[in-house]
Amino acid sequence: MKLIVNGTDVQVSDGINVGQLLFKRKVRLPDMVSVELNETVLQRAEFETTPLHEGDRVELLYFMGGGCGTHAV
Amino acid sequence: MELTLSDEQIERYSRHIVLEDVGVNGQEKLLASKVLIIGAGGLGAPASLYLAAAGVGTLGLVDADQVDISNLQRQVIHHTDDIGRDKVTSAANKLRAINPDVTVREFHLRAEASNILDLINDYDFVVDGTDNFVAKFLINDACVLGNKPFSHAGILRFDGQLMTVRPGASACYRCVFNQPPPPRAVPSCSQAGVLGAVAGVVGCLQATEALKSLLGLGGLLTDTLLVWNALRMDFRKVKVKRNPRCAVCGEHPTITTLRDEAAAVCDITGKPR
Repeated sequence: MKLIVNGTDVQVSDGINVGQLLFKRKVRLPDMVSVELNETVLQRAEFETTPLHEGDRVELLYFMGGGCGTHAV
Repeated sequence: MELTLSDEQIERYSRHIVLEDVGVNGQEKLLASKVLIIGAGGLGAPASLYLAAAGVGTLGLVDADQVDISNLQRQVIHHTDDIGRDKVTSAANKLRAINPDVTVREFHLRAEASNILDLINDYDFVVDGTDNFVAKFLINDACVLGNKPFSHAGILRFDGQLMTVRPGASACYRCVFNQPPPPRAVPSCSQAGVLGAVAGVVGCLQATEALKSLLGLGGLLTDTLLVWNALRMDFRKVKVKRNPRCAVCGEHPTITTLRDEAAAVCDITGKPR
């Protein structure tokens, strides 16, 4: 099935869930991203239980710090 | 408006004044405005330089650090001679030199739960130029509770992102990102690097959002996360919505007073950060 991930068409196996998509996209730590599915932000605990459907729009939003840079966490 | 521009100010700000949407009234509005910049580093440097040049009448600078040689690749407000100097002092000197119209207030301290509401209270807009997630969530929560519009931004490697928050009216940082990532889950710029000019672009975008907010011009990046990759040179606007489950601005907020999240993070990992 086709998904739109970060604005780009992506072909994936039918019926995969959000957690499986993250694995496929090599996001090994779900804590690193925030996932928006059709403009609604998911809780991280829901990644493995949220199925994806043909045409779903998924945004993988990454944490970004930056800025001062002397004592980065 | 009780302010009237001097002849020198009319010349200094002439390129603003000729803009139909700014004019003398807009410039007077800027001179009467106050912006707080938290973090005088990669983002705060360009943001504060342009806000000072623009004639924002009062700029507050918050930073507890000193200038380090590794800052100079991107923190263009600090010069080689400033190494070892307090960042707020170094930055304030440059801002006053650029524009004597601007009152610069120096806060040589770290923004924390105990002081941030007092810090932001007197300002019209807040620029988040911090480098860590504890501070970013603290600024978000304080601005939501204190009802201050602010600009969030982050940079890493060749990427930048930006979002403007109008508390109660648009999605906040926590609506999108929920809670700080565990320590070390996300690399910092000092670990992963950042192209210096990326900080400049994103900091200037923050200054642009601040000026638009003060002037009431155009559309802000509210309910929108602007995501930029410098290598592909593509800017994408990702629509985001207020999250009814948001812990600070949702329907049943659980964050009603501020606390320093660093303690909570320590508790989880069992290690000091």
